Amino acid sequence: MPRVTRLRIRRGSTREDGFYQTYDVPFEDGMSVLDALRWVRTHTDSSLAIRYSCINANACKTCMALVDGVVEYTCTARLHESCTTVEPLPKRPVIRDLVTDTTPAEEKLN
Amino acid sequence: MVAVRSRADGASGAVTHLTTDVLIVGAGGAGMYAAIAAANEGGAVLLLDKSLVGRGGATIMAQMTVAAAIGHQEPDSPHLHLEDTLEAGRGICNEQLSEILCHNGPDRILEMDRWGTRWVREEGHIKQVGAPGHRRKRCCYVDFLNTGPAVASTLRRQVSGVDSIRRLSNVAAIEICVSDGRARGAVALDLSSGSLITIAARAVILAAGGLTKIYRRSSASTNMAGEAYWLALEAGAELVDMEFVQFFPIAHLAPRLVGMDPIMWDPFRYKLGGKLLNGNFEEFIHQYGGQDEGRYTAVRDQASYAILKEVEAGRGSPHGGVYLDFRHVPDDSLRTAFGPVIDRLLKNGIDLTRMPVEVAPTAHYHMGGIAVNERMETRVAGLFAAGEAIGGANGANRLSGNAITEAFVFGERAGFFARRAAGESDSVWSAAYTERSVAEFSDLRQRTGKGPTPGAVQNRIQDLMWDTAGPFRSGESLRNALETLGGFRSQLKDLAISPGDVFNLDLQDWYELKAMLRTSEAVVTAALNRAESRGAHQRIDIPQTIAGFEKNQRLALMDGTLSSGWTSVVRCLA
Repeated sequence: MPRVTRLRIRRGSTREDGFYQTYDVPFEDGMSVLDALRWVRTHTDSSLAIRYSCINANACKTCMALVDGVVEYTCTARLHESCTTVEPLPKRPVIRDLVTDTTPAEEKLN
Repeated sequence: MVAVRSRADGASGAVTHLTTDVLIVGAGGAGMYAAIAAANEGGAVLLLDKSLVGRGGATIMAQMTVAAAIGHQEPDSPHLHLEDTLEAGRGICNEQLSEILCHNGPDRILEMDRWGTRWVREEGHIKQVGAPGHRRKRCCYVDFLNTGPAVASTLRRQVSGVDSIRRLSNVAAIEICVSDGRARGAVALDLSSGSLITIAARAVILAAGGLTKIYRRSSASTNMAGEAYWLALEAGAELVDMEFVQFFPIAHLAPRLVGMDPIMWDPFRYKLGGKLLNGNFEEFIHQYGGQDEGRYTAVRDQASYAILKEVEAGRGSPHGGVYLDFRHVPDDSLRTAFGPVIDRLLKNGIDLTRMPVEVAPTAHYHMGGIAVNERMETRVAGLFAAGEAIGGANGANRLSGNAITEAFVFGERAGFFARRAAGESDSVWSAAYTERSVAEFSDLRQRTGKGPTPGAVQNRIQDLMWDTAGPFRSGESLRNALETLGGFRSQLKDLAISPGDVFNLDLQDWYELKAMLRTSEAVVTAALNRAESRGAHQRIDIPQTIAGFEKNQRLALMDGTLSSGWTSVVRCLA
């Protein structure tokens, strides 16, 4: 039997109007939260917005989110077989889903 | 003068228009260096990155070393570095570009030193270590496995200190506008708003890196989908040596490792040795012409070939690679060399004193790329390129340590010459340049579509390219790949794009997919035409190197179709 785990993800374009959506994801030992988020985007729901660049190397430092209530890099946070809750960073404005406003002000268009 | 912005409300909604002297697409090592060099010459610079400035691309992932003949560790010369680079390049380096790389490397490394990069030092000088193919100890680095993030941080700081450089993050170029044979600017997607930006520029530099994303197994950041090559081709520039993709031989395979660069085993080997063993725990590189014996001297194309041949012969490790074994290295030596990295490995359940790890080749770098002259200019006036995006300096196989040097050297040079070209160019702009991209985008936004998503098709391309045009190719596999890629291309217009404008990654994925398709087609076409094996290009149906193929292959778009031709190698050494 293939092992499956569940992600509970806070979605929406503002903090107030957000909602939780759950996704089942195939589980492998050692997989990261980012692995699961990327799997959801390519297999289940491409509309899920996430931010990452370097894939699991913890070099770009752009993939932070709240994982089970703790601020973590999703690329180094290990997934477990019970349900994992992933939410946007608490102190940043939400742009969409797990993407928060971490772009330096002078690098923005508006 | 700084980049000027205006806003025009057209029928398709608000389109932001920017004006600059030099536009730079991609803000890794090459792009940031180009921005600094261009700004030094005066005028406005606009630096775009589809990720965050200085955090995407290959540079941030380059955790290893930078090769330059500064001669701090032992007597060395740029000429020796050049000879080593040419030898590794298997006879087809553009020697003019290689010479620029090796001769200007020391200036850039020392400039980065003055700008605050903390190169590891010993006894007052910058410490340099050896690497395969380098006859001198000439590779500088930042501890621990931190070279890429450290140099990216230095360049971010330098760039942010210059008022005339405007930085824009989350903005991806989707077309370079050309009229009368001259680059005039670009159209870009602003991911944050899900809308287009138009940019008028007197000169444009493509510094958007390589193509590693077209492969299933890859060691670079996930955002290099061959955009630089796609944009260059569409603008009328030529590509060169597209068949030469470097597969890094000993990327981490198992057990699962997170939070670390998959190619980190390279510095472990050059600092500590480390035995490469097949599934039967036997050394094997020597059977393929290498002389490894735990001392790590086989260059990359040779090592990748040997590993995959062992796997093919049924002598692989359980996950389909080979073993890398450090059990003969004492724990205190491991700790002295890699300090906190040893703890990060232990957190991943990897105790090097007790277990070997499994490693296997991964797509790592592209030797080929945009064809440029010694000023980094393409055949399109005002269109420049730099860094991994260009082809030629490393021929059929790149030496360890030459990539970051290349980013700095070619970035600086492109910035200087692009700024000069901008000063000589008239400032011509017309909204008509953007009509094709604006219409395409408008069509894309009206789509709902029930087909597969662009991201799902990207995955299929990655599998296809790995299986057919990866470390081993054959005429048959390449012909099949061309046909399959054509099928994917015809799906582009039917793919599903989810609703919403703000940070809609489906939009970005769709443009990436376009770049991946065109770039994959270029790699496959070039690999099919090169009916021999040389360096990183290994044809299982034609394993021999053929003297008649000691030449370079150029690709260009003619009426939407790739065409190819051969040119003789640019030599500079007698």
